[in-house]
Amino acid sequence: MGIGEGTSGRLPDAFLRPGSSSFVDFLADHAPDLLPGRRAAALGGAAAGVVNPASLAPHATTIVAVSYGTPGEPGTGAVMAGDRRATMGSMIANRAIEKVFPADEFSAVGIAGTAGIAVELVRLFQLELEHFEKIEGSLLSLDGKANRLGTMIRGNLPMAIQGLAVVPLFAGYDLDRGAGRIFSYDVTGGRYEEHEHYSVGSGSVFARGALKKLWQPGLDASGAVRVAVEALYDAADDDSATGGPDTVRRIYPVVATVTADGYRRIGEDELEQVVEQIVARRRQGGALA
Amino acid sequence: MTMPFYVSPEQLMKDRADFARKGIARGRSVVVLAYDGGIAFATANPSRALHKISEIYDRIAFAAVGKYNEFENLRVAGVRYADLRGYSYDRSDVTARGLANAYAQTLGTVFITESKPLEVELVVAEVGASSAQDQIYRLTYDGTVADEHGYVVMGGKAETLGRHVEEAWRPGMALGEVLRLAVGVLGSGEGSPAGGAGGAGGAGTGSAGTAGAGSGAGSGAAAKALVTGGGLDVAQLEVAVLERARPRRAFRRLTGQVLADLLAEDGADDAPDADGPSSTAPGSTTPDAPPVGGTPGVKQAPAAPEAGDKGDSEGDKPGSGDEKESGTD
Repeated sequence: MGIGEGTSGRLPDAFLRPGSSSFVDFLADHAPDLLPGRRAAALGGAAAGVVNPASLAPHATTIVAVSYGTPGEPGTGAVMAGDRRATMGSMIANRAIEKVFPADEFSAVGIAGTAGIAVELVRLFQLELEHFEKIEGSLLSLDGKANRLGTMIRGNLPMAIQGLAVVPLFAGYDLDRGAGRIFSYDVTGGRYEEHEHYSVGSGSVFARGALKKLWQPGLDASGAVRVAVEALYDAADDDSATGGPDTVRRIYPVVATVTADGYRRIGEDELEQVVEQIVARRRQGGALA
Repeated sequence: MTMPFYVSPEQLMKDRADFARKGIARGRSVVVLAYDGGIAFATANPSRALHKISEIYDRIAFAAVGKYNEFENLRVAGVRYADLRGYSYDRSDVTARGLANAYAQTLGTVFITESKPLEVELVVAEVGASSAQDQIYRLTYDGTVADEHGYVVMGGKAETLGRHVEEAWRPGMALGEVLRLAVGVLGSGEGSPAGGAGGAGGAGTGSAGTAGAGSGAGSGAAAKALVTGGGLDVAQLEVAVLERARPRRAFRRLTGQVLADLLAEDGADDAPDADGPSSTAPGSTTPDAPPVGGTPGVKQAPAAPEAGDKGDSEGDKPGSGDEKESGTD
């Protein structure tokens, strides 16, 4: 059945049943096999302990998020950036993977952990927000979106315990407060609001160190982009699973801003300039190298 | 022992059809019109929250007349159908044709098997890469599907209004033109449904021709430019478009000043001026108004309509004046 159209061609009763505005709830009710987390049952305990999950499937690594501007004033928002490397054990599985996505018009989600599950989870999360918006005719609040993502991560807990964890980072522009906000998660679906900046993934320790030194109150958008790229650069410096900017192949981190004007991905040309400035300064052994 | 009365199948179907038709004719009309940059939808609907026109998917929209609870249920089912299909396959695999078929089967089954047919009439429209690829499907209470070209009028006095549109509509019209046509037609159909339009345009709605309605609008100085040609207030209109040039989600509601500007554009310089609003669409490849939650940030150069010009524009407007007069007689 899969996508749940009966043989008669008419819409199944489940479609016409009044109920939730949530696509995930609908899916759990109507086609639970399509939910990412539900496959753990089929997997059973077989995979656990036999294979090292890290070498089983590609892993995505470092994501950083930076808030900027003064809440309530124009020019406020959040920046999210992710490197482009996916690893499988000690191998580089993909050097151009994208890990930062628009969740909806006013928020971005970045993923660390098992890439396959994470990408699917993001797809479902995007759809969840869009579905709500279409059914209800209004946007979810930013807290509502963040909670929804937490619930979806919780659904993945059985697989997380078997080693296929997904840890997202969520950043959005809060239309009510007029501010960029950042939320982090743990594998159990716990949701924590972070202030100023945050980082997740294998290189996050190093990125966080860099963010602490580079972030300052009242940054503007371009300053925040520079801080995010620089933090990723530092993470790539010390973490083998995080890729630095690849100037040879012209592969740069995915960087996006969310503001009152919506989600915007920073263009390649703009990023190239930022990266070149950072590289040039570090080559000269500048103070921040 | 009681014997059930024999009712011939012909009679049974006819009764059901009459019942559904009556229910649908009670409401206000919805007009769907293709224009050069996409497909426009318009209806008289004073509610801001209970929509008759909605987004189903990236390029697909839905419009309905009849009983609200019934078509709302179908709308939600359509959104679920589209989202599930897009999630299982790919976003590009969700088509208006598939959705129209699913709706047709559902309506048809209910018409035959349930004790009461659904008192609804639907339009499922999909905007394509070019106007030749636009698709407009009209579905009636018994599950009949019609592949329409260019325009659809349904609900209320659909036949009369449909003739007006047929006379005035032509391919390649600009957004402002089709909206003025739609509102003019809707205005001419007002007055008969119970409750009337009410509000500032109420005085004009009773009169048969747009000439009368137009003067009613002109005299309503308090309503200023927000009263449109058909005697309908902008606040009483529900208008939305599927814009071909928008990158992903093509659906956009037009409200407030944006709509008033489009409706008030001078009839004489239709071609260049009416291109203005639709040419904001190509610009939407650069950061543009997001298609979410109403139309935040939709900005357009105001057309600065003058109260005096308005009266003229009514006359120049396609499908106004005598055409309508003859139709309503």
